[in-house]
Amino acid sequence: MKRVVITGAGTINALAHDVAGTIAAFREGRCGITDLDIRDKERLSIQIGGQVHNWDPEAHFNRQQIVLYDKFTQFTLLAAREAVAQSGLTFAGSLGLEAGVILGTAGGGVNTWDENYRVVYEEGKNRVHPFVVPKLMNNAAASHISMEFQLRGPSFTVATACASSNHAMGQAFNMVRSGMSRVMLTGGSEAMLCFGGIKAWEGLRVMSKDACRPFSLNRNGMVQGEGAAIFVFEEYEHARARGADILAEVIGFAMTSDASDIVMPSKLGAARAIEGALRDAKLNPEAVGYINAHGTGTAANDKTECAAVADVFGHHADRLMISSTKSMHGHLIGGTGAVELLACILALREGVIAPTIGYEEPDPECALDVVPNVAREARVDVVLSNAFAFGGLNAVLALRRV
Amino acid sequence: MAQSVQEKVIAIIAEQAVLEPSDVKMDATLEELGIDSLGLVESIFAIEEAFDISVPFNANDPQASGFDISSVAAIVAAVEGLVAQQAA
Repeated sequence: MKRVVITGAGTINALAHDVAGTIAAFREGRCGITDLDIRDKERLSIQIGGQVHNWDPEAHFNRQQIVLYDKFTQFTLLAAREAVAQSGLTFAGSLGLEAGVILGTAGGGVNTWDENYRVVYEEGKNRVHPFVVPKLMNNAAASHISMEFQLRGPSFTVATACASSNHAMGQAFNMVRSGMSRVMLTGGSEAMLCFGGIKAWEGLRVMSKDACRPFSLNRNGMVQGEGAAIFVFEEYEHARARGADILAEVIGFAMTSDASDIVMPSKLGAARAIEGALRDAKLNPEAVGYINAHGTGTAANDKTECAAVADVFGHHADRLMISSTKSMHGHLIGGTGAVELLACILALREGVIAPTIGYEEPDPECALDVVPNVAREARVDVVLSNAFAFGGLNAVLALRRV
Repeated sequence: MAQSVQEKVIAIIAEQAVLEPSDVKMDATLEELGIDSLGLVESIFAIEEAFDISVPFNANDPQASGFDISSVAAIVAAVEGLVAQQAA
């Protein structure tokens, strides 16, 4: 078994168009959720989101690229460029043969579906642009990463709703750990903030109209976000031999299925995933200092997640810190675990725990240290990142300071 | 003759509960009828479609939504209120 370390990170999300800006926002406890700026907003009952503002694709891509890149691919490539640049790796030679990309996305090219349904249904046209399919397909972003960086090993896309990124990063971790690949680009991306993408979520009646307030008694639902985060997962000896700056080590991963309900979370399924990640990393529960929560701000998730953490950690549940950064960047659905991994790296590398902002009233059913409203300095050695998807598919990662 | 609000609401709830409308009693709770949270969200959608109204309901906090779902009778009354409001 090889050791797996992270040697590069990149992101774009509602808080910033890069890692440094996102980390600064986590430190400040800044909220990136704003009024939505999208077409036909007046027909939506939900008017807020963690939207990426001032996005100018022409600043990053040429015309031939833009006709092929849905927004979720654009976000992915921007984040991947930042991550690869930080890692200092080049894949043009033989390393490319031992490198691939595994990405998470729930919806893929949702904006492309939305725009082209308008063309044929609303505008009544009978012809669409020739690149609609290669633009909207869920694997488009992974494929464009492989092309841009010449990654010629195993690449694919994982779609497990809100756990897509964690499932993807878990697969990348296991590929490098097993020796199947030497380097993997991994993470997730989502660009669902368009009329159809929000209208679909409205139907479920779980969205907040004013704010995402995880763990707070007066929480009233989730807020959608958009963006991407990409990481370079590299075999430890390879990274050490070239003197790479190691951001953190990935030490464990587990996934479970609730096998019970298509939307309601299960304490047992979540707890088994957390226990599994600890077991995979050969950790005692007491080693964990911080958990980046799934923490969606819905009534059901937050109390179920807290109950699962209390069950797994016993008395130690009262000593560890758990926060949800969705309060700041919104729920990026298939991309969320990737952006949230940045808060894990911040905790391990800089000893700063990103807060749960918007926290107003304690909930007896969420009676853990949720790091309310203000970031905290604390040295932690091991962190977990939770993701629990609709469909009852759970994925938990464990990371360690290096 | 057109169905009353009560008859229409009961028909929607009965369909969701897989019961005959005659078996849906006015004092029954949705829980007693075997309707879970997903069934409730679907029933509210069906009510909105049937009456062309907008029901204020957030699944995170059904009590705070201002739409009383504590019994079949309460739902009927709440829908009658919304229908009247719309006509006004």
